[in-house]
Amino acid sequence: MIRLQALTKTYATPKGSVSAVDRVSLEVHEGETCVLLGPSGCGKTTTLRMINRLVVPTSGKIFLNGRDTDSVDPVELRRGIGYVIQQIGLFPNMTVAENIGVVPRLLGWDAVRRRRRAEELLSLLALPPADCADRYPNELSGGHAQRIGVARARAVDPPVLLMDEPFAALDPVNREAIQDEFLRMQRTLRKTILFVSHDIDEAVKMADRIAIFHAGRLVQFAPPDELLAHPADTFVAGFVGSDRTLKRLRLIRVREVLAPVGDRTFAMNAPHVSPDDDLRRVAALFLEHGNESLVCVDSSSRVLGVVTREAIAQRLALQDAQ
Amino acid sequence: MTASSVPARSRLPYWVLLAIALALTWGLYASGLAADILRYKKDIAYLIRQHLMLVAVSGSAAIVFGIGIGIWLSRPWLARWAEAAIQAVNMLTSIPTLGKLALMMSFLGIGPLPAIVGLWIATLLPIIRNTYEGIRVVPSHLVDAARGMGMGATAILWRVEVPNALFVILAGVRTAMAVNVGTAPIAFLIGGGGLGELIFTGIDLQQHGMMLAGAIPTALLAVAVDFLFGQAQYWLVPRGVNPLRDA
Repeated sequence: MIRLQALTKTYATPKGSVSAVDRVSLEVHEGETCVLLGPSGCGKTTTLRMINRLVVPTSGKIFLNGRDTDSVDPVELRRGIGYVIQQIGLFPNMTVAENIGVVPRLLGWDAVRRRRRAEELLSLLALPPADCADRYPNELSGGHAQRIGVARARAVDPPVLLMDEPFAALDPVNREAIQDEFLRMQRTLRKTILFVSHDIDEAVKMADRIAIFHAGRLVQFAPPDELLAHPADTFVAGFVGSDRTLKRLRLIRVREVLAPVGDRTFAMNAPHVSPDDDLRRVAALFLEHGNESLVCVDSSSRVLGVVTREAIAQRLALQDAQ
Repeated sequence: MTASSVPARSRLPYWVLLAIALALTWGLYASGLAADILRYKKDIAYLIRQHLMLVAVSGSAAIVFGIGIGIWLSRPWLARWAEAAIQAVNMLTSIPTLGKLALMMSFLGIGPLPAIVGLWIATLLPIIRNTYEGIRVVPSHLVDAARGMGMGATAILWRVEVPNALFVILAGVRTAMAVNVGTAPIAFLIGGGGLGELIFTGIDLQQHGMMLAGAIPTALLAVAVDFLFGQAQYWLVPRGVNPLRDA
């Protein structure tokens, strides 16, 4: 879907040329969320901005759906790609509905159709359109503004979204909520998403695959579990943190490590988990109660199996063995 | 915060002004000056037309050129020279308006033309400066978002930059027009005509009635012009970026 080929950007400075992005090649599949991750100044944002040609590459190619983006008029190209930035960038002189209607208007939709689309997107966000559509951005909370920023990027239903640290300016509670909403949306919409972040936790949560950047180079491109299990070098290991095993636990659901109950017995009031809990919660309960195993029950209190320390260790080793 | 407090806040000065005007009118009649003033009815009617012509021509030309030049200076390809140009504008602004009129007279002789050109320049400069500054302080991430969404340069200018700068631009226009109507009477000194004729002649002859016959319409014109551009600021600037209209 998106293929970067030896993409390079160098800037001329008084001290000679500096490469911001150095021969980056990667391919993002249709429907995949790829997080570009790294410390500031590592070239992740520049890479993102080269895809919609806000930054013109020094060399290298970008293919979108097999088409070389050099051959497309940049303005046309951008209208077909959703773009979300950290500062949200809602236009304060326009109402919410007008903001969502910006790209539709550029594409020549009439006012009725623009309005209908804005109301549709607002109701998808569970924001009552009657209440919200004619407000101005300065009347919105940060969380609402960011949700509308994402809705605006989706206005003409582009297959590709570029998101530049979209949730970085939100408080932690709001950020979690919006991330969860976004993941739910992505499960049904299956957009191809490039997402810039400097937050490893966010990357692990959102990404199908993570591309780690360091000093303009792509140092590792792997699914979160693999990245956490096998950091490619000391930089990646340092960046993902010494608690990377704990972070991996978050990626694994209880249902993946269930064992049969066997002859174990459990007290009725013993702590239990549900099959969709992640293993971080299991680990927390182990530590809190000193257990070796926990029973897993479904929503109708039916016992599905147990999760044990060995099973978890085996599951972690599975990735290690690969 | 409430919607009702807003009109109250912006209307109050005009009510106060109206009360003062009524009191002054009463004072004029009581002292017999009103009859004195009304002797110049014909002159007033003739000179007001001349005066309004000076203000309207120089003012509208200044608004058109000032906003145009301000926008032009704010374009990225002029960024290198824009600051220097604005410095020059600031220097020219600091020349007293009477000086500007005198300079115009030495280039263009006497009559309405040098007066109009002089007023035009005096009005132009604050508009250029505010337009340029207003556009310059539009947050760069808005322009970035607009570009990233596929707006062309013209769409960015008219849908993002100008609407977000409009309050500052119109503030410049309002100030500039206050300078314009405040200076217009001086046009008489270089043969431009207008209500200055009654004011200055009245002063020279110590005819209070004549002087007031020029001064009162001038003052009313100043109030009316300020009111007009205040209203323009209130109604033309989008609500989301209009400090006069609380969200």
